[in-house]
Amino acid sequence: MFKRPSLGAILPALIPFVAMCLSVPLWDRVEPMLFGIPFNLFWLISWIVLSSLCLFGSYHLEAGRHKKDGDTR
Amino acid sequence: MSSSGIALTIIFAIIAAGAGIGLLAGAHRKMDLEQWTVGGRGFGAVLTYLLMAGEVYTTFSFLGASGWAYSRGGPALYIMAYLTLAYVVSFFILPQIWEMGRKYGLQTEADFFGRRYGSKHLAAFVCVVGMAFLVPYVQLQLTGLGIIMEVASSEGIRRTPAMVIAVVLVASFVLVSGVRAVAWVSVLKDALMVLAAIAIGIGVPYVHFGGVGKMFAALAHARPAHLTMPGATSNLGHTWYISTVLLTSLGFFYMWPHAFAASFTAKSGDTLRRNAVVMPLYTLTLAFVFFTGFTAVLAVPGLRNGDMALLTVVRSTFPAWFLGVIGGAGALTAMAPAAIFTLTAATLFAKNLYRPLFARPTIRWKHSLA
Repeated sequence: MFKRPSLGAILPALIPFVAMCLSVPLWDRVEPMLFGIPFNLFWLISWIVLSSLCLFGSYHLEAGRHKKDGDTR
Repeated sequence: MSSSGIALTIIFAIIAAGAGIGLLAGAHRKMDLEQWTVGGRGFGAVLTYLLMAGEVYTTFSFLGASGWAYSRGGPALYIMAYLTLAYVVSFFILPQIWEMGRKYGLQTEADFFGRRYGSKHLAAFVCVVGMAFLVPYVQLQLTGLGIIMEVASSEGIRRTPAMVIAVVLVASFVLVSGVRAVAWVSVLKDALMVLAAIAIGIGVPYVHFGGVGKMFAALAHARPAHLTMPGATSNLGHTWYISTVLLTSLGFFYMWPHAFAASFTAKSGDTLRRNAVVMPLYTLTLAFVFFTGFTAVLAVPGLRNGDMALLTVVRSTFPAWFLGVIGGAGALTAMAPAAIFTLTAATLFAKNLYRPLFARPTIRWKHSLA
């Protein structure tokens, strides 16, 4: 009944999970401070923006697929 | 006028404006249950965004997030991660829920589970669990609202009357305008909340330390362990971080009945996908809330209740009129989520519990509820 999301759209969405969650031991430290902000906080702030970009990529893959079948409303 | 009088006046002006927007939001619309609870499934990208931001960013984002930064330190960062990742998950899940909602005219989370798994009992169970967990969430908002208004008005208004006033206002605009009220009140609430967060996130460290960078340098020097995990706690380390972030981000969106039902308001699955792309950016506001909480560690040390850190440090930094703005923003930050929680619980109760159990089928429910 439902169209499952394509693998191509899921892959870019996995990147934020690795970057913001699973890799925490690699970036959870204070130094080097960037723009006066501890490294771990700076890392997460950057990845909020980058996650948005990853989803933007997923969106283009998905929207293209749905449009082709004429079911974007 | 006394300083507490000035703050109180500003708080009430903001609350009155919010309630007014809420009451007007549903004007000139024929209210039936479909319009009241899912906005006639006609919300475009902007209204959907406002509704979802309105219900996710609660008093916890203000008091709780800064309180975590103050009393626990580094572990507070999990809030940023799980919210962002929850939006990533929502990109794939909400459009599917929406699709089924449109096809079968679903209005609640319990409707969905009942329909999807063909079980009335599962629907009733989902309904009862959802309502049970909304009660403490509403209570949390009202407690937060009481604290914010009491502190911001320098005890000019006590907690209990503040909460009573808020409940009456929330109930009236929800009753009149339904889910549209929540989305439109969120316009004012989110604008004020973002402005307030940025103003205090930059202002508080500047006044106490001369800037955000200097504040972090001082904190890293004085309490080197506070800024990383497990921070000031003994057990909130990396294992905790990974498990908690995964659990909350994967379960967060579709388990809360109000977040689940919010996806039905969108006018298309595409709206929800576009929404998921931009929603993470709102989480940036939390960085400023964290700045305030971290400043409080050295500026107002020794508070027993971390949830008071933000208000205490703001009160020691800014003049009374600005406290009024913070108080008003904080009050709306409690009222908008409280409104959608109330609306969701009411719909669940009427549609998935009362109607199947007690109602005679002749009653025209759509009109008797709203």
